[in-house]
Amino acid sequence: MHIIETGNVAAALGVKLAGVQVVAAYPITPQTPLTEKLSELIEAGEMDARYVPVESEHSALAVCIGASSAGARSFTATSANGLLYMHEQVHWAAGARLPIVMCVANRAVGAPWNIWNDHQDSISQRDTGWIQIYSCDHQQIIDDTLKAFRLAETTSIPVMVCYDGYLLSHTYMPFEVPEQEKVEQFLPPFHPSYALDPSSPANLNTVTLPEIRTDVHGEMAHGYMEIRYLLQEDLRKAVQVVEEIDAAFQEIFGRGGAPLVEPYRCDDAEYVVVGMGSLTYQLWDVIETLRTEGHKIGVLGVRLYRPFPDAAVAAALRGARGVFVMEKALSYGYEGALCSDLKSALYDHIPDKSRAPFVKGLVAGIGGREIRTADLTDTLRSGLVGSIPEPGWIGIQL
Amino acid sequence: MGTRGYRYKTSHSLPGPGDGGNTGSWRVQRPVIDLTRCTPAKRGAEACFACWLYCPDVVVSRTIPPEIDYKYCKGCGICAEECPTKAIAMVDESVYHEHVEG
Repeated sequence: MHIIETGNVAAALGVKLAGVQVVAAYPITPQTPLTEKLSELIEAGEMDARYVPVESEHSALAVCIGASSAGARSFTATSANGLLYMHEQVHWAAGARLPIVMCVANRAVGAPWNIWNDHQDSISQRDTGWIQIYSCDHQQIIDDTLKAFRLAETTSIPVMVCYDGYLLSHTYMPFEVPEQEKVEQFLPPFHPSYALDPSSPANLNTVTLPEIRTDVHGEMAHGYMEIRYLLQEDLRKAVQVVEEIDAAFQEIFGRGGAPLVEPYRCDDAEYVVVGMGSLTYQLWDVIETLRTEGHKIGVLGVRLYRPFPDAAVAAALRGARGVFVMEKALSYGYEGALCSDLKSALYDHIPDKSRAPFVKGLVAGIGGREIRTADLTDTLRSGLVGSIPEPGWIGIQL
Repeated sequence: MGTRGYRYKTSHSLPGPGDGGNTGSWRVQRPVIDLTRCTPAKRGAEACFACWLYCPDVVVSRTIPPEIDYKYCKGCGICAEECPTKAIAMVDESVYHEHVEG
């Protein structure tokens, strides 16, 4: 069924269809309408789940950690400072290998206080061990949310589905709501590999010594370092799992096909612009204009950010003379995190450095600064002749 | 020998000796029971066992006399604090070893 609704409602409907059993969340702009929608659905009896109202985001994720440890499919959502307030538990959920799904309606972080969109909140959680997916439109929000549960439960790694605050969370767009029957075919009930059981008590994630040890069964149990390595190993393997799940989804629903990166007019491109989230599709328009002017330029949307699909990124950029990375976040004191990751991928995958493209990092839309298509076009036009005005923050007025 | 084949990918511990590792190595002070003052030892009967009852790590046995499993005793001193006859002394490990080895 096609409906016209907001991105937040798309996420809520995905959560409902996924048969989530526990929702714990604290309202924060621009995520609020998502959790309001879920509480309405549960209150109306349209969704058979427990909504746990909490006093903070830290508690929201802590509830999900408890629920997931007990074997319940669990969901939370947040934005900006709410995500940062969760930070300790964000690490915990990944280290505990709990398949929690969280939507992040991306918003700038304070100070200064700002409720508008950029990616600093979720990018700052890059190193927590979660899988991060960036949706570019409403259809992807609902589809990615469904895929996220299967991905999390297959890998025992929590998944963040990130989408732009306001630009996607509050705008209305048509999208298809998958049928419940087909969703059940795609996403079987959650069977945890281990669930808390009062009749067989156990301590989970207790103090784990630096060295390996013999457990009560006489088996050699991991030390902290082994447990952490297994998370890294499974995250690296998850790149392929993302592709497999996308293929399974496409078979049932007919949508998908570019779960790692989404190239647009990259085949013959001499220059490629790289972006994440809704900016990706805005760049398609920019590229069309530049193409009519005779420039061979394409767009590469990064859909999966962690684990970083380095091989796919490098493959898509092979043959390009120049790459412009346009980001709504920064690793303060250096450059955009995506820009660094992309350079690293090129270094690893293009052995002949004389054939590697130049990479120019650009920053746009920080704190909701309007990203005008004309400004993007002008900036890239300058970039093609190597004359982008420093510091490469599009639209800055200092 | 590695842990690759271990049944969990996280840290699980079950109630049982040693599932938190060889925690006896953490000990700075060692509880030493003076059997001339220990109630069950003196009477030769099941009695008192406050040390057994209070030990948070379940390393004191409910036997006559009570015995301490030093492999896992962390040396917290709760048994010494709770012993009604002051039969348990907390002895610095360095002093204890000097004494034993000397």
